[in-house]
Amino acid sequence: MNWNWFHKFASPKWFYQISERILPGLCVVTFSLLFVGLIWGIGFAPADAKQGNSFRIIYLHVPSSFLALAGYFLMAIAGAIGLIWRIKLSFWVMKCAAPIGGILTLLALVTGGLWGKPTWGSFWVWDARATSMLILLFLYIGVYLLGRSFQNSDSGDKASAFLSIIGTVNIPIIYKSVDWWFTLHQPATINFTSAPSMHPDMFYPLLIMIIAFYFVYGLALTLSLRVEILSRERKTKWVRKLISQQ
Amino acid sequence: MHPIRRQRLQIVALIFLLSACAAGLVIYVLGQNANFFFTPSQILAGEYRSGSTIRVGGMVVEGSVSRPNENLQTQFTLTDGKTSLDIVYEGILPDLFAENEAAIATGVMSVSNKLIASQVLAKHDENYTPPELTETMDFIRYSDYKVQ
Repeated sequence: MNWNWFHKFASPKWFYQISERILPGLCVVTFSLLFVGLIWGIGFAPADAKQGNSFRIIYLHVPSSFLALAGYFLMAIAGAIGLIWRIKLSFWVMKCAAPIGGILTLLALVTGGLWGKPTWGSFWVWDARATSMLILLFLYIGVYLLGRSFQNSDSGDKASAFLSIIGTVNIPIIYKSVDWWFTLHQPATINFTSAPSMHPDMFYPLLIMIIAFYFVYGLALTLSLRVEILSRERKTKWVRKLISQQ
Repeated sequence: MHPIRRQRLQIVALIFLLSACAAGLVIYVLGQNANFFFTPSQILAGEYRSGSTIRVGGMVVEGSVSRPNENLQTQFTLTDGKTSLDIVYEGILPDLFAENEAAIATGVMSVSNKLIASQVLAKHDENYTPPELTETMDFIRYSDYKVQ
């Protein structure tokens, strides 16, 4: 098998140059999707029969929770690739994914609380879903801090890669917690095996918001990875040349 | 694949498997202890430590909500379909609290086998429908509706 494409993709310089070309398009798509999804969801989707307008926070809560979980897989896989093939760019993806995932998890917890207060009657409960989500936040913080607690940044990369691989087991627990145990949190509205238990007028804006959050994630990761590349490669010829041109 | 990389792959896979086994054991040991609430059947079967604060979850029985005195005290019955349990609560109920909806009460069991609740939470389901449709469709799940 020809592995040239793999090594080319793993080149920081190549990524820096190609991302510069796709960034404007990525920005336009991301902000258009966010704009359409938010306006549609908050302004035009019908209110829920029982919960009224409080249910509209679903348009932030579900997409941020989705990406908090998906982002963890991406971080752990990037860490594993870094460990096995010793690809530095892969480690940097992992390093940049940690704070982004942490912020999304925090957003999911806060929007969940804001939704829970008027509907359940409580901002926070220690049920299996909320607790396992809090553990996810601590895992993200752990991966972030562990990577920065070494004098040698390569050792930090390896240590946080191991932690992110170990933490992966929490993702299926979060996902299945509402089915395995009695929780206050309701089961999933959207799943892969059946149609969503939601009216289409409410579901389409949610779908757009989920796709928009994937793009937000991609944009945030690309931007912070570019900064990481410049800082780690600051002694190389191509970065020096780039800076002298500015 | 290069032998060194193969070895590293095996180490990563082993770490993943070991942590999955550890998590599996923790989940197995936690079992029903990780449940957020008991069902009325579990309470009547005595599956709780008497005198301790417990949570009971179930459906609020239709017609069971009453306010016997002229104060905030509310009485209602929670059922899991098999057995039911009377709840006494003094305080403000959440907006979504209603008959035929799920609720979770936290409190202590009294000698007369009633739960003296200090907190009542409303549990809502995963179905969302616009108000005008609920009257005609009466909470039919959209998934059920689409399959046919």
